[in-house]
Amino acid sequence: MAPDRNWSQEAYQVLKDNGVEIVTYVPEGGVKDLIALCDADPTMDLVSLTNESEGNCVLAGAWLGGKKGVFLMQGSGAGNCINNFGLNIAGRFPLLAIIALRGSWAEGNYWMIYQGRTMHRILEEAGFKVYEVDKVEDAAPTIEAAYKMAYNADAQVAVILSHRLTGTKEFKR
Amino acid sequence: MSKETGGLDRRDIVKRIMGGRDEFLVVTGLGGAGYDCTAARGDHDLNFCMHGAMGGAPIVALGIAIAQPERRVIAVLGDGDMLMGLGSLATIMTKKPKNLSVVVLDNGHYVETGNQLTASGHGVDLAGMAKAAGFPIAFDVADPAEIDDKVEQIQSALGPVFASVKISSEQPPTVPKTRDASYMKIRFRKALLGVVPS
Repeated sequence: MAPDRNWSQEAYQVLKDNGVEIVTYVPEGGVKDLIALCDADPTMDLVSLTNESEGNCVLAGAWLGGKKGVFLMQGSGAGNCINNFGLNIAGRFPLLAIIALRGSWAEGNYWMIYQGRTMHRILEEAGFKVYEVDKVEDAAPTIEAAYKMAYNADAQVAVILSHRLTGTKEFKR
Repeated sequence: MSKETGGLDRRDIVKRIMGGRDEFLVVTGLGGAGYDCTAARGDHDLNFCMHGAMGGAPIVALGIAIAQPERRVIAVLGDGDMLMGLGSLATIMTKKPKNLSVVVLDNGHYVETGNQLTASGHGVDLAGMAKAAGFPIAFDVADPAEIDDKVEQIQSALGPVFASVKISSEQPPTVPKTRDASYMKIRFRKALLGVVPS
């Protein structure tokens, strides 16, 4: 593996090759390169959300209208979505949520540890298939597998990206 | 606790907004809005009625409006529902879909749960908030003499359009309709896109 292998570029290419036209997001440092790559693509329509609880709703509407998408956010944002994920469960709306998880690796802010510790189980309890990724070489293949499961099986799938992959936020003391 | 904010008949105004226009793509919020739209146009293939995810109806409508820019998309929801998703006014204005209308049936109360006052009932100005978010058209509908003009704007003006319709807090009877979201999804996509699930 080349040390400078760019998982964001690979993930972007997977999303593009599989027909993503809508990207909903609340920004997060761990996925900023992926957001920027999608934003630079004129075939992708980005929706900057006020609150993460909107992200799956925009994509459910887009699916009713015939378009496919992906939802990018931070782990604490997934916590904001729990009630509205009921739309996906009740209606079997396909969903791929890519979550850069704070609080699970070298976290310097104790407030983040709560959702870092619980998010995987919360999403599974909510009915999601959950993948975790902490190696660069696994990122794009996992995102592709998850996306295909979401849109071929009308499933709700989360890919949790560890900060081992996306990089940790530095806190000095 | 039972202060009226207006006296318009919700069934009448929703029927006038739907206008027999089968091409409208309609998303309704929780509670009475789904029954109003069903009473107006039947248990219609192009109604998607939410019975959960409170606050989400305008943002589901935004997703449809982005995917179907040539079709008029109308979200119909109660004031309590709108208040739960106020951030959607900002999100909608990041995309500015010209084909989207958000219609709030505003009686100032959470009627289904015992008639408690909403923030709108306390005097918060929903159309003013939409205007401040940048909606090019945002108004109250309260005067019966203005209804025809405002209904026409909801149906066809270059939006996004926001309307807060000041209805009475009377609760008309429910009408038969499905609450099955998967069924509504499949029939909506079949009617709009000709797609059947694999």
